[in-house]
Amino acid sequence: MSNIGKVVGVNGNMVRVEFENDVLMNEVAYVKLKEKRLKSEVIRVRGKRAEMQVFEMTKGIGVGDEVEFTSDLLSVSLGPGLLGQIFDGLQNPLPQLAEQCGFFLERGIYLDAIPANRKWKFTPVAKVGDTVTRGEKLGSVPEGIFEHWIMVPFNQYGTYKVKSIAAPGEYAVKDRIAELEDEKGRTISVNMVFQWPVKRAVDVYAERLKPVDPLVTQIRIIDALFPVARGGTYCIPGPFGAGKTVLQQLTSRYADIDIVIVAACGERAGEVVETLREFPELIDPRTGKSLMERTIIICNTSSMPVAAREASVYTAVTMAEYYRQMGLHVLLLADSTSRWAQAMREMSGRLEEIPGEEAFPAYLESVIATFYERAGIVRLKSGQIGSVTVGGTVSPAGGNFEEPVTQATLKVVGAFHGLSRERSDARRYPAIHPLESWSKYQGIIDKKRTSFVRQALFASDEVGQMMKVVGEEGTSLDDYMVYLKGEFFDSVFLQQNAFDKVDAATTGDRQKYVFDTIISIILATFDMSDKESARSFFNQLRQRFLDWNGAPMDSDEFKKIEGEIMAMLEQHRKESAAEAAEKFKQMFG
Amino acid sequence: MRKIYSRIDEISGNVVTVQADGIKYGELAEITSAHGKSLAEVILLDGGKVSLQVFAGSRGISTGDEVRFLSQPMMVSFSDDLMGRIFNGRGTPRDNGSALTENLIEIGGPSVNPAKRIIPRNMIRTGIPMIDLFNSLVESQKLPIFSISGEPYNELLARVALQAEVDLIVLGGCGLKYDDYLFFKERLESGGAMSRSIFFVHTAADPVVECLMVPDISLAVAEKFALKGKRVLVLITDMTNFSDAMKEIAITMEQVPSNRGYPGDLYSQLASRYEKAVDFDGAGSITILAVTTMPGDDVTHPVPDNTGYITEGQFYLKNGRIEPFGSLSRLKQLVNGKTRDDHRALMDGMIKLYASYKETLEKKSMGFRMSDWDEKLLKYGTLFESELMDLSVNIPLEGALDKGWEILAACFNPDETGLRTNLTSKFWPKKEAVTHG
Ligand SMILES: Nc1ncnc2c1ncn2[C@@H]1O[C@H](COP(=O)(O)OP(=O)(O)O)[C@@H](O)[C@H]1O
Ligand SMILES: [Mg+2]
Repeated sequence: MSNIGKVVGVNGNMVRVEFENDVLMNEVAYVKLKEKRLKSEVIRVRGKRAEMQVFEMTKGIGVGDEVEFTSDLLSVSLGPGLLGQIFDGLQNPLPQLAEQCGFFLERGIYLDAIPANRKWKFTPVAKVGDTVTRGEKLGSVPEGIFEHWIMVPFNQYGTYKVKSIAAPGEYAVKDRIAELEDEKGRTISVNMVFQWPVKRAVDVYAERLKPVDPLVTQIRIIDALFPVARGGTYCIPGPFGAGKTVLQQLTSRYADIDIVIVAACGERAGEVVETLREFPELIDPRTGKSLMERTIIICNTSSMPVAAREASVYTAVTMAEYYRQMGLHVLLLADSTSRWAQAMREMSGRLEEIPGEEAFPAYLESVIATFYERAGIVRLKSGQIGSVTVGGTVSPAGGNFEEPVTQATLKVVGAFHGLSRERSDARRYPAIHPLESWSKYQGIIDKKRTSFVRQALFASDEVGQMMKVVGEEGTSLDDYMVYLKGEFFDSVFLQQNAFDKVDAATTGDRQKYVFDTIISIILATFDMSDKESARSFFNQLRQRFLDWNGAPMDSDEFKKIEGEIMAMLEQHRKESAAEAAEKFKQMFG
Repeated sequence: MRKIYSRIDEISGNVVTVQADGIKYGELAEITSAHGKSLAEVILLDGGKVSLQVFAGSRGISTGDEVRFLSQPMMVSFSDDLMGRIFNGRGTPRDNGSALTENLIEIGGPSVNPAKRIIPRNMIRTGIPMIDLFNSLVESQKLPIFSISGEPYNELLARVALQAEVDLIVLGGCGLKYDDYLFFKERLESGGAMSRSIFFVHTAADPVVECLMVPDISLAVAEKFALKGKRVLVLITDMTNFSDAMKEIAITMEQVPSNRGYPGDLYSQLASRYEKAVDFDGAGSITILAVTTMPGDDVTHPVPDNTGYITEGQFYLKNGRIEPFGSLSRLKQLVNGKTRDDHRALMDGMIKLYASYKETLEKKSMGFRMSDWDEKLLKYGTLFESELMDLSVNIPLEGALDKGWEILAACFNPDETGLRTNLTSKFWPKKEAVTHG
């Protein structure tokens, strides 16, 4: 008994349909166009008319065309084999699509996200007679470097007795691996893959915990000053060209995390290509395997259909939640959440909803909040811990943070990495503004140290501002030293060369080590006679430090340069080495 | 089976509405009025109501005019015969050549599967240091020139077109001044490039709706040539006119504007054009260089702002120079690692120093005493501007790199440059060693 409707209007990617039987909000329907079926989602229902967003180009659709409703919500397939794949916003595997259609994205072609005939080596865990509920482990298969849990599907809400379970062996995802019997004695058959509606958060855990563990990104300014926590959220707003995407690319490579999901949402295709071509070649030092094995790419770039862009972030976060259920730590990087918000705006405009600020829909804030709420660190029913961390870039119009998407995002995230145009213009990368950014999380360096350094930065900036008014000649040598120390810290620690093999990623240990060296420099008093010699000294010191940043930590070069730096300090520091060490100890223990 | 209707219900802006059946979204129609025929495209279906945007504009259209639906979307003829020819925004000849009707291809087709894209790898050399050294242009890049009106952006476009090693040049003119159209024609002819060029030109005097077709038609043709293995350079001038044409239609259709009257889908609309830039695995490529004039020199204006978020950088043209700040080639790092060891470091280092120079200039303008360091920066900035930034400079990349070191050595000690020691010891010009200051 299929539910059929008829097109009565077309406006861009919005199609209005008249229907007879019941339809569901957010139900998937297909517009039939000759031999093609174009996937759509019901986004408003009024009387016997539904408005649908079509996930494809609508060219060629006419009034009277048939529409087939499916009674299913927009969903993704969850099961082994997602890792390493490249999907569009609706979970179509793009490489397979290319095999079928060539260079261009042909509309109306939908492929299985999970290869149906690949075999997995299944090891049962549950036993006949066990009582199980949704999300509990029935067995596992190895997926790359991970043990992929085969669980009771999240959409089975009852309590079940295991009636049968497959013996160890090779199975395809659609093969039955268990039979479960519910309270009423009905039997359901379970295989390795199931569907979950993307707009519904996966809530199959025992409890949500507070995010406290730092997630080391190996980007110094983040880890030291504006840390991210596992299970937390953060955002990177910035004008175009300030370095949002590069930051996310670096994070996707170097972050200390099990799985990375990259959601390329409405931005350049070329940027994703770099990731998808390079990751298979890059070896993850922690696992010895290619980075691609821990990565999923969701790619709905700017020229791909707008409605699918809206769906893409949900597709991404649903897969993140799925892997979290296996006790893994997942990082979702969305670039850019503004494009997702704009997709909502486009649709809201076509629906002729009453617009809010800058024509964004009135529900923008709550939708953004709900999305970020899907991050979190959780204790599973099994007692294990898993997390989803969400980092989203924001692309504010005109680079002005006083706009709806940035503001709505700042209300809900735990850390703010604000990129500044001045810093990127001056090639001070990463261009995260050290005075304006913030984080509510505890990082790898203790509070005492970071607040000391932050104060030094603020003081340096103050002198810098003052110098703009009174000039260098109107600034005392002491103040000038304060200024130079801040600038020094900025250039050798906060700035980081993304294109240098060594400097691109700094381990937590190295960060702590270097941080203390820098603190001791900020603490020191130097025997400078005038500003000229002070500047020249810091120039030389910076030079050696930059060389130091380029030397691997366990190398002889590292030790050699460190020795040179120490010698330079000894030569000009007023305190003796013992005095300096004592001062440091008093302040930081 | 073509459907003909002879009753127009509504005429508003350049959009007309008729009652019609069996019409498809995006379909073309031909409207015959006392002033001749015009094409029109279906942009809205609402029950039996069909709204069309009229390419020639609605001026002089009568409610009794005939509307004939063509049952097909906008197409353009594609063949080698296009080379050396000049057309308007609808694809009809502007030169004296014959109309082309063979082998019609659809315009505004689907986008390339990201999985089929490859990482761009070839630098396009222009001889302009501000491009080659600081913001290298890369084959398959999409890059706008942000410019205030009055700047020599069309000269810059033409110069890059003539200097770049490409197989084919497609020029898309959106609201082009007639003089500028003639300028391009003459420059490409005198440069011997006209026979490998194709023009789709909408001039300021032509109906505004036709302007909307220009990028699509230019890119559709470019795409077909690229698939046949050609390296195509597409020049579009000026995308702000294109965006304004879109704004006009959106307002006519009573769409809620998002920002300064521009429609909420401005970003997606611009992106679907710019994203046509591509390097096809095993075939040719499309590189897009477009002009975006900035009303009031305001980069935050919605057109340059949205463009900057889409394109792979931008050249910021100001006072006849490509400004180092605000200019960016996002693809430069894909090619500048393979040019010369010092390329990347020099590129960043020199700009950092130029930023310091600008600060010093500010201090100077406020009447502060200049320290020795300030004096060095002043000297540096002046040299940098005259030897590298001036648009008349035309030297290969290697020459520009050498020039860079010379300028540094004329102004600073190695350790003042912020460049790593291994580089300064290798590239620092020997003879011009300066005494320590
Ligand atoms: N950390 C960095 N180190 C060096 N260059 C950078 C860095 N971040 C950004 N850039 C430069 O800036 C350009 C734009 O960065 P991108 O991340 O694409 O900006 P956004 O995403 O904010 O528009 C890059 O192509 C690169 O040239
Ligand atoms: Mg970006």
